[in-house]
Amino acid sequence: MRATRLIAAAVALGTVQSGPPVRLGFGRPATADEITAWDIAVRPDGRGLPAGRGTARDGAAIYASRCASCHGVTGQEGPADRLVGREPREGFPFGRDPTLVKTVGNYWPYATTLYDYINRAMPLNAPGSLAPDEVYGVVAYLLWRNEIIADTAVIDARTLPHVGMPARHHFVVDDRRGGPEIR
Amino acid sequence: MDRVSISRRRLLGGAAGAVGAAVLGRTALAQVEVPPDPTKLPGHSLSALGERSLFARPRRVVGGGYLGASLTPLQDLCGIVTPADLHYERHHAGVPTIDPQRYKLLIHGMVERPTVFDLQALRRFPAVSRLHFLECSGNGGPAYRKLRPDLSPQLIDGLTSTSEWTGVPLATLFREVGVQPGAKWFLAEGGDAAVMARSIPIEKAWDDAMIAYGQNGEPLRPEQGYPARLLVPGWEGSTNVKWIRRIELADQPFMTREETSKYTDPLPDGTARQFSFVMDAKSLITFPGYPVTLPERGWWEVSGLAWSGRGRITRVDVSSDAGKTWTPAELQQPVLPKCHTRFRLLWRWDGAETLLMSRATDETGYVQPTLAELRHVRGLGTAYHFNNIRAWRVRRDGTVLFGLEE
Repeated sequence: MRATRLIAAAVALGTVQSGPPVRLGFGRPATADEITAWDIAVRPDGRGLPAGRGTARDGAAIYASRCASCHGVTGQEGPADRLVGREPREGFPFGRDPTLVKTVGNYWPYATTLYDYINRAMPLNAPGSLAPDEVYGVVAYLLWRNEIIADTAVIDARTLPHVGMPARHHFVVDDRRGGPEIR
Repeated sequence: MDRVSISRRRLLGGAAGAVGAAVLGRTALAQVEVPPDPTKLPGHSLSALGERSLFARPRRVVGGGYLGASLTPLQDLCGIVTPADLHYERHHAGVPTIDPQRYKLLIHGMVERPTVFDLQALRRFPAVSRLHFLECSGNGGPAYRKLRPDLSPQLIDGLTSTSEWTGVPLATLFREVGVQPGAKWFLAEGGDAAVMARSIPIEKAWDDAMIAYGQNGEPLRPEQGYPARLLVPGWEGSTNVKWIRRIELADQPFMTREETSKYTDPLPDGTARQFSFVMDAKSLITFPGYPVTLPERGWWEVSGLAWSGRGRITRVDVSSDAGKTWTPAELQQPVLPKCHTRFRLLWRWDGAETLLMSRATDETGYVQPTLAELRHVRGLGTAYHFNNIRAWRVRRDGTVLFGLEE
């Protein structure tokens, strides 16, 4: 806005060549390699998922060696976030009951988030160290432990976006708008 | 010169002492050279880097290691600016060490010109400086459930701080790269070990978001995102991505873990609120509060902070009778949008037990709710956005306790 106003003022004075342009030209073009190296985000429609595949059976050993020490042998013991559990199966009573544990199976709305987050930030002591097949395997393992897919189901860039998560339809966009209403 | 032994408690100074001492240990002693009459001998030499008085050593309270949080000592501060080294911390995988010579910010996705900005390029753009608060959306949990009397302002609400931030408006950078039609969100991604990522609506970029590289007159502290961070004024802390290294424009949100599994608000109606960015109006009396003791009845200045993520604070009312009657407090200038505002009210304590409360109103007409009002709409299971009215119980012996009870 500021630059636009300055240009408008410059035009009005008939001195357009001395005013600053909308673009100053700082920075440099990003190379395709730079973008590829950093563009790790995975979206709900599957964009960003790499080649590779895994099943729960593949992922069990990786989970045991890389994840279980923090998340528990079955994903329910902690001490870090509990990842496995479908209770309560009826309703979505998390707003009423602070004792309920939020897991992948009962609270995560998108399966693609699992790939994105594990690839991005896990394991905590060596983030970004898992190969795509290993991430797919751990994702499959967690989905299987949460009774969402079969232990033989292949998880890859084609199948993961279509995995239906139990909590998906419970999420709503913020409706607070300020003003006197308490929401 | 006499060598005078001063207890650690005294070193911490003033009202701060008791809280700090509780953290650092009361038994520790320090040996400090204190002349009996400082007018009778020259003082210290000049120094390249100043230090706080030995008698005033406010400290953050640190919880956890590299995954945790540290809390600003709100009861030890005056005015509205938080010293940078006392700014609260909340990290998801520790504080990274980033070489400013190698730093770069990549902006790509639905843009005409995918561009890399180094720090020199960012600093060359026309800059802005603005005072804004930051607040973790989990701040204030101890005022919402598991209520306890032995909580200080720092332990209740220490996950908020105010700084003067300097940087380049994100709108400037977006004009530079050329935003494509249909771009509605952008991913903000950090260069820490969590590669922390949040989706932000593009309107915030055109409004008041900035890439900040300065804090209170100096480069950002590492704990606040050195060399550069996203600042989205008034929005929950986790969206102000520190150590920002990548911005990707898109037509949809990315649904990262930090906007699905975390930082969402389950409600009593069986839904979970997502993208609850704005921090609603809140206030907290920072004096008197636990563990202060009022030594005598009489005139005391009640003082505290109020803030709203939606704009300016327009009034703060204070009650000294458990909310039955309210008196408007003085708002200390400057009163800035999306910034801590200092309020003050001279209050005469008659020696009776009483409950002190403050209630903020912002420029949208939003009034800080009571605990019962907020619990009614949010439920007990919610984990973020605890902005209900707080209270301090002043007892007949002058001791002050956190005053919200079940």
